[in-house]
Amino acid sequence: MTLTQDRASVRSPGRLADLFERGLAAPICLTWELTYACNLACVHCLSSSGRRDPRELTTAECEAVIDTLRRMQVFYVNIGGGEPTVRPDFWELVDYATAHHVGVKFSTNGVRLDAAAARRLAGSDYVDVQISLDGATPEVNDAVRGAGSYATALRAMTNLAAAGFRGFKLSVVVTRHNVSQLDAFSQIAGRFGAQLRLTRLRPSGRGADVWPELHPTAGQQRELYDWLAAHGEQVLTGDSFFHLSPYGEPLPGLNLCGAGRVVCLIDPVGDVYACPFAIHENFLAGNVRQPGGFEAVWRDAPLFARLRAPQTGGACRSCGFYDSCRGGCMAAKFFTGLPLDGPDPECVRGHGEAALAAAGLAARPHPAADHSHRPGRRAVPVTIARRPPGRSCDENPLAPPAPAEPGRP
Amino acid sequence: MRPEPFGALLYHFGTRRLSFLKNQTVLAVVRSLADHPSARAACAAAGVPDAELPAYARALAALADSKMITERTLA
Repeated sequence: MTLTQDRASVRSPGRLADLFERGLAAPICLTWELTYACNLACVHCLSSSGRRDPRELTTAECEAVIDTLRRMQVFYVNIGGGEPTVRPDFWELVDYATAHHVGVKFSTNGVRLDAAAARRLAGSDYVDVQISLDGATPEVNDAVRGAGSYATALRAMTNLAAAGFRGFKLSVVVTRHNVSQLDAFSQIAGRFGAQLRLTRLRPSGRGADVWPELHPTAGQQRELYDWLAAHGEQVLTGDSFFHLSPYGEPLPGLNLCGAGRVVCLIDPVGDVYACPFAIHENFLAGNVRQPGGFEAVWRDAPLFARLRAPQTGGACRSCGFYDSCRGGCMAAKFFTGLPLDGPDPECVRGHGEAALAAAGLAARPHPAADHSHRPGRRAVPVTIARRPPGRSCDENPLAPPAPAEPGRP
Repeated sequence: MRPEPFGALLYHFGTRRLSFLKNQTVLAVVRSLADHPSARAACAAAGVPDAELPAYARALAALADSKMITERTLA
């Protein structure tokens, strides 16, 4: 997404960020993770994906969500996972969404993007693709995303370019090991007629375990800011790096935490979280299966009302840079054990490092759900149901009794 | 075009760009462009004071640049 901020402003009653802090009638950026199943096991996976969850939304339930998004005039959804293309009804759902004028941008590791799939995608104005690649060389990428994943992504990009798909996205999570490769990523994107997208490494999901070793150092953050400032609007960031704004001029984008205000996440079992990086019960707003569906959750969830209320700024309020970083990323603070009204763990003024040292490792919360592959276990195929199973054991004879899950409908 | 409490959001599927109309008056102008012979007439009908016409002209030009609004074609 490109935000053409201030383009059409007339007698502005305030900055766009100020308007958006109070929340919108519907999200601008809705992330929808279709499945927890994934062929890869990236060490920094935000959703701790690997195995499908038997409670995942059925095809009919997904179509009902799309009907709701159309009614709410959500322009497009960012579909992810897991690896969304391994859902057998993936293409059917893409077609359903685009036929109902809900645009689709989906993130993939490229595993299913053969020549035929690439041709099909190139033919639609309503579909955009993001290929994930976390190293400009196989060594750097495969250390994070797994053996062979670099080759898979390059093959998918080759197929998209050959099919004439221009402007798809090459999506990179910036780490300590690839931050020196930003120019090389630009060259790869250029080679395939793609656009580079850089996002921030969050300590969410399995990312919590590797964040201390993988997140860019303070010196690298400065390099990253300078690189982003020099490349401006040619590079997409999903508004990821607003915590770096105190280095100088604000980076392009809204520069605010959009959680529950302009973004949210629907997970594979229909749970609605405040943002894609906050899969934890503290940020669970509701479920699309409850009465009123997604629309009621977005409009009425008490959690979202709190996020849309004016924020105090807490410990950051006295900092002269609060207006440019707004305290940074809620999820990054939460999963590193920091208070939500204090500094971001990567605060460029250095307040995060001190807070991390004070909080200690014990303060870090445990992620809510873990669908990681379990070493030594053979995969059990789980089918996508057309309607929800009446009981768990209708789906899988080995299913344990349903545990009591507070907060889940 | 999606109405919002502050004005409206616009999204163009071809350019994949999002734009904002930051108040109700500019929303009324954009909505009624097709019904008026000129942008100036649409602004007048929406009650835009003469002094603010240049700001509205810039906003509409920005929307035209990003292809959110286009010159009408003869039916």
